Amino acid sequence: MKANPKDVLTGVYYIDGDVAAGYGALAAGCKLVAGYPITPSTEAFEAMCRRGPQVGAVFIQMEDELGSMAAVLGAAWAGVKSMTITSGPGYSLMQENIGFAAMVETPFVLLNIQRGGPSTGVPTKAGQADMMQSRWGSHGDYELIALAPDSPQEMFDYMIKAFNLAERYRCPVMIMSDECVGHMTEKVVIPAADKIEVEPRRLFTGQPDEYLPYKPDPDLVPKMAKAGDGFNLYITGLVHDERGYPIKDEAFRLKYIRRLVDKIRLNKERIIELKEEETDGADVIVVSYGISLRVAVKGIELARKKGIKVGTLRLVTVWPFPDERITELAKNAKAFVVPEINYGQIVFEVARCSHGHANVVLVPHGGAGVHNPNDIADAIEYAVKEEKKIEGVIEYKTRLEKLVFEGGYELKE
Amino acid sequence: METKQTVNHEPSMMDLVHPMDNLLRMDRMPHIWCPTCGIGIAVTAFTAALEKANMDPNMVSIVSGIGCTGRVAGYVKLDSFHTTHGRPIAFGTGIKVANPKIKVVVFSGDGDLIAIGGNHFIHAARRNIDMLVICVNNFIYAMTGGQVAPTTPLAAYATTSPYGCVEPPFNIPYIADSSGAVYVARWTALHVRRLTNSIAEALQKRGFSVVEVISPCGMYYSRINRLGDGLDMMRFYHDNVEIRHGEDTKNLDIGFQTKIICGKFVDRERPTYMERYNEWLSEVKGSKNEPG
Repeated sequence: MKANPKDVLTGVYYIDGDVAAGYGALAAGCKLVAGYPITPSTEAFEAMCRRGPQVGAVFIQMEDELGSMAAVLGAAWAGVKSMTITSGPGYSLMQENIGFAAMVETPFVLLNIQRGGPSTGVPTKAGQADMMQSRWGSHGDYELIALAPDSPQEMFDYMIKAFNLAERYRCPVMIMSDECVGHMTEKVVIPAADKIEVEPRRLFTGQPDEYLPYKPDPDLVPKMAKAGDGFNLYITGLVHDERGYPIKDEAFRLKYIRRLVDKIRLNKERIIELKEEETDGADVIVVSYGISLRVAVKGIELARKKGIKVGTLRLVTVWPFPDERITELAKNAKAFVVPEINYGQIVFEVARCSHGHANVVLVPHGGAGVHNPNDIADAIEYAVKEEKKIEGVIEYKTRLEKLVFEGGYELKE
Repeated sequence: METKQTVNHEPSMMDLVHPMDNLLRMDRMPHIWCPTCGIGIAVTAFTAALEKANMDPNMVSIVSGIGCTGRVAGYVKLDSFHTTHGRPIAFGTGIKVANPKIKVVVFSGDGDLIAIGGNHFIHAARRNIDMLVICVNNFIYAMTGGQVAPTTPLAAYATTSPYGCVEPPFNIPYIADSSGAVYVARWTALHVRRLTNSIAEALQKRGFSVVEVISPCGMYYSRINRLGDGLDMMRFYHDNVEIRHGEDTKNLDIGFQTKIICGKFVDRERPTYMERYNEWLSEVKGSKNEPG
């Protein structure tokens, strides 16, 4: 299905990532945004509140993030595409209903403009430390999809993709962006509506008495219905059977939860999108996502000037994780270098998948800033020279860390 | 009463169809509530009120949270949502703003709506979201085995107030009234006819309406406080309820085994959230506005 021309602001703009994400959501057909203001994500919510009423999208600023997430799910069951926007502290509050959404297979999109944490952290500066929370934040077993755009243009493009994936797999989809991308202003090209593919809701079309809300199609995803159409839906967060009725039986739970995780795991190949450059024959592969890979580009250039063969693997889809591709690359590369704005999250996934074939070097960053490209160049140089196979993750000590811990750093008040 | 189907033997009790069967999920019976619990009475009053108010069942969504009363949504044959603890009002707000034609009924307990969900309660009332909230108040957390609630009267026992409750309880009609609800009433599980009429009336109100149902909990509240069984609680309501329509909601506190004032306290008109939203936006944005 093509996007509705009314929803699409076709043209060339100079806007920031937050605003581009908001325009992307409306272009994807989002008709409800419920949110709670939080730096550095507010611009996206504001953009949707400004433009929403012109395209029939309702906005509501809820009393907190707990309520925002609940309202998004209520709207989804009333039949509209819905989303919320937040950052670290709000993201923590939203976890309860993210789990509920996964359990009752509710499509929605959550835009997380990551900031420095933990707790209030550094509200106005970038962080990438919610990556594991996005995978494991709510209790229980579940799978979801997370994307990491790296430019305002991608914030627009991947917002549409996020809505499409949510509808396709009936699951929560996270856009795990960061403050740098959210506040970065660049050229954004919004195409004509007939160039934008949008996934309609997988609605059940038969008679209400034949409908089983959790009876999966062959791709393991069940068809949806909406409130007000006479289906007598029964939606519960308890483990339920195909009718939606609670069931405690051990075997049944196993069958149901297995399908919840399998609908993503077995469709991984169709879901995962990676961007690779020069990985063939590379000695060192930089694996990263979001702003960290954009910053790393300069460091990679420096390393290539020294004659090192460096490739890049960009995780556009972070969850589900591309285990197989990392394992394959580990067989030929000497090492992976993983810069991220945290003290090690995705790097452990890379280490897990490399099965000891390649060394894994973390270039950490404590937040409130981005990497120094020279650190990435040095980490690559170290990785290519290291002849020993070292188990686990090797933590590269950045210039900033040396300055702070070994003396010489002057605090900026 | 009609019977389920033609059978060869004489009709027995098992073949009888209850007049409310079409609004209940009979394939989920028996329900989980204990003997002498008042929640079933509240459900009966609600289903009777739906018919009395001539509601199209296809256009009514029932949303519950967690707890004993949280299970109501699962036994009523409407679009039923058994959501997360404390969030049914926020979830219902999402349904309402996405499709204003749906009548949203939030059916949950005092702990779910007033403790963990208290913030959503006051804000939905302030916005005047068009929904009916039926709050079953049994003065205790029953599903988890009898812990103290934000409605437990002073000095009453609970497993987490083993020496008697030291926190003053919330007066639910007063919070609803002062936060902006357009309809506020309180009845007990003894007042089935009045409760039914009140729910039917509230179903037809536009705006945030609250009906509090004082309900016996024979398993936990009555037992730990040595108040006798369900019948004793009903006798207590009979002897100690005073009906005072229009009473100032400030005066509706409930003490331990004190008089309970019931009645309809608030019935007024205020524009609902979606009415204001659509009218205001059309006014300021003119033809550029596309109503939600």
